[in-house]
Amino acid sequence: MIYDLIIIGAGPAGITAAIYAARKKMNFILISRDIGGQTAWSGDIENYTGYQFVSGPELVAKFEEHLRKFEINLKENEAVTELSKSGNIIKVKTGQAQYQAKALIIASGKRSRELNIPGEKEYKNLGLTYCATCDGPLFQGKDVAVIGGGNSALDAALQLVKICSRVNIINISPELTGDPVMIDTLKESPNATVFNSSAVKRINGDKFVKAIEIDFQGKPMTLAVSGIFVEIGLIPNSDFASLVKRNEAGEIMVDARNNTSVEGIFSAGDVTDVPEKQIIIAAGEGSKALLSAFRYLISHKF
Amino acid sequence: MPKQITVYSTTTCPYCIRVKQFLRDNKIAYKDIDVSSDQQAADEMVKKSGQMGVPVLDIEGEIIVGFDREKITKALGL
Repeated sequence: MIYDLIIIGAGPAGITAAIYAARKKMNFILISRDIGGQTAWSGDIENYTGYQFVSGPELVAKFEEHLRKFEINLKENEAVTELSKSGNIIKVKTGQAQYQAKALIIASGKRSRELNIPGEKEYKNLGLTYCATCDGPLFQGKDVAVIGGGNSALDAALQLVKICSRVNIINISPELTGDPVMIDTLKESPNATVFNSSAVKRINGDKFVKAIEIDFQGKPMTLAVSGIFVEIGLIPNSDFASLVKRNEAGEIMVDARNNTSVEGIFSAGDVTDVPEKQIIIAAGEGSKALLSAFRYLISHKF
Repeated sequence: MPKQITVYSTTTCPYCIRVKQFLRDNKIAYKDIDVSSDQQAADEMVKKSGQMGVPVLDIEGEIIVGFDREKITKALGL
């Protein structure tokens, strides 16, 4: 079976592309590890037009409800491992199967960057997590550390101050770099402490996390915590996409019409080099990519 | 005889939502425990699974961490 189109990823970009594709009655499949992507892990969202306030999981539920209005051929829980193209046909290999299509949209998003320090691998899910939204509630009444100083770290910290007894923010920069509104809210939280110019050295514990060793402005220091939330930025899920041109950060390079360096392969959302990574931008890029793919298929009369 | 299934989850975790959706789609009844509002259940989950990530499924004593569709399908004989 050769599909018109394969969409990789079901975050805001991939879901939007799928909704447009379904409305155009294209013969396509949607392959994704999960539904919602990073949006699903987001806390409070207050800048998605039409929603003055919505949580990440709620917005994803709305996305999914919209998606499932259509009969979608969804391959969930599948990760793409390899892309290739022979003639006009694009082949997509996953851990489970191989699919073929005339056009492809890569909307595989980004994932959490890891610390790469001793103890990180050993204590993953044993107190160390990359998702405050998911695992935060398990640390009720406990002392925790959030690693990072940008918006996602502040978002995590603001969720945690409501339930944890103490939240230590370990920030490698001299100042927090997130939105001023969030920084102000955090400063008003009596149980939050910010450690600026601080690097994380090691995670210690027994069966579970017990402490974190940091370098606080040149001085070694140990903080007793039972939870560690890593929020130090993101890396693109583009390892499988060596077929298309990527920039130094690993982002897939696209033009204003979402074309990649390979004809018939389009890309959208956070995995691309589009300036600014926002849910609303990813959704818009997803619709642009689909319209470009649609035009490509029509003009080539495949 | 239907299997005894317990899902330990938090209300905010996307994979918890998906795992429960998966069970409902397959018309499988389960006991839903919100570990964010029940500290004792949270401790029980950590003890059973030896880790702190959600969701955790207990299918008649077989512990599955995360939305692992393959393992869940197998354990349920779907």
